[in-house]
Amino acid sequence: MFAKRIIPCLDCKNGRVVKGIHFVNLRDAGDPGELAEMYNREGADELVMLDISASREGRATLMETVRRVARRLFIPLTVGGGVRTFEDAQRLLSTGADKVAVNTAAVESPNLISEIAENYGRQAIVVAIDARRRRESGMASQAALTDGTPPPRQRGAAAQWEVVTYGGTKPTGLDALDWARRVEESGAGEILLTSMDTDGTQAGFDCELTAALACALHIPVIASGGAGNAQHFVEVFRRGCADAALAASIFHYETHTIRSLKEHLRAHGVPVRI
Amino acid sequence: MIAVLDYGGGNVGSVLKAVEYLGKSAQKVDQPAALTAAEKIIFPGQGHFGAMMKGLEERSLLAPLREALAAGKPFLGICLGLQALFESSEEAPGVAGLGILPGRVARFQGVFKVPHIGWSQIEFRAKSQLLRGVPDGSFVYFCHSYYGPITPEACAVTEYGQTFSAGVENKNIWAVQFHPEKSGEVGLKVLSNFLSF
Repeated sequence: MFAKRIIPCLDCKNGRVVKGIHFVNLRDAGDPGELAEMYNREGADELVMLDISASREGRATLMETVRRVARRLFIPLTVGGGVRTFEDAQRLLSTGADKVAVNTAAVESPNLISEIAENYGRQAIVVAIDARRRRESGMASQAALTDGTPPPRQRGAAAQWEVVTYGGTKPTGLDALDWARRVEESGAGEILLTSMDTDGTQAGFDCELTAALACALHIPVIASGGAGNAQHFVEVFRRGCADAALAASIFHYETHTIRSLKEHLRAHGVPVRI
Repeated sequence: MIAVLDYGGGNVGSVLKAVEYLGKSAQKVDQPAALTAAEKIIFPGQGHFGAMMKGLEERSLLAPLREALAAGKPFLGICLGLQALFESSEEAPGVAGLGILPGRVARFQGVFKVPHIGWSQIEFRAKSQLLRGVPDGSFVYFCHSYYGPITPEACAVTEYGQTFSAGVENKNIWAVQFHPEKSGEVGLKVLSNFLSF
């Protein structure tokens, strides 16, 4: 049996885990090393650390944090946030990260993906795609997303999503599906797909977006953005065809432990590692 | 000294870290003399079959490695280190592997996503020292696009579209297709079985 993966995400700033919605109202959520060990004990399948420090000092702290977390962690660790150059990726991979997540830099210099893939193998590169639904293709209403039915669409117009960068502030004009196909061709090992429409809402993953990419690609898609309860995970694996699901606040706030989430998934026929 | 073979690819760092965590000292080795002097050899994974064989040859590691295997020195291959034991691989046509195990490493075909990244279960085929204390059906972490066929030496298999060798054991020669250094408690148990072998 091949398990669907549950991946907690640690948003790190200046060496601490923070929590907040859309990167505002950040509150301290603890020490990255301690949280990593706790999630590992609870049965996390992997761990993602995203650095949201804006400063140079913050980035220097990140290396120390990665080293500290990696020393006692024996599940895969992905690190992202601010990876701009091949040297940034190299530094993280030699410090203890198993994979690097590249977002904005991949859009601005697509060669970065193949460079990392050729030097470290494609399993070492996760391309993060932040996508927002295009207005003309039908805006998702929150109600539609919450009860699990697909959001309404205009007749004849398939939904489309645009790639956005810089934490969702900059539209790129790129179609998310086209972009995902391109990065797969360039050597991406996995896609970390975040819906900017559902992120922070806790109203459920965008299953339609996830399925659009997961069905079209030959590499795994990690769904992110919108997890609010255990049933949302069932939906993103069933309807969204996700290979893995990532969440932060649902675990940090301890509304759900990884163990209880996995038990719920198993009871609903989703294969998980318990 | 436990040698973690460095042939220019491979995840040497995370294997070293896991061995050290288990209280043993290991060393990254890319010189024939150090390989010959080692008590045990770990051949870590990741990379390209052709580049790996070339990397071994360029560093003059191939001959001492064959000698060590023949002399009964404990060996643990991980991922590509398991594939290296076969005669050849579809990944690098024309390149000879170590030829300890019969057959050819093949690429996954079909509807499943490739690479096979994530946690799959292992199913025991034979009693082994490699998997001593590990429950049958345990989940372990895989990351590969090619797989080794099932041979009589297979002590565990995994199914992902195809059924393939997940663990092999033949006297001193042990190998796993999964990554014990990334497979949580189960993986650490496999490594400690090897370290106390």
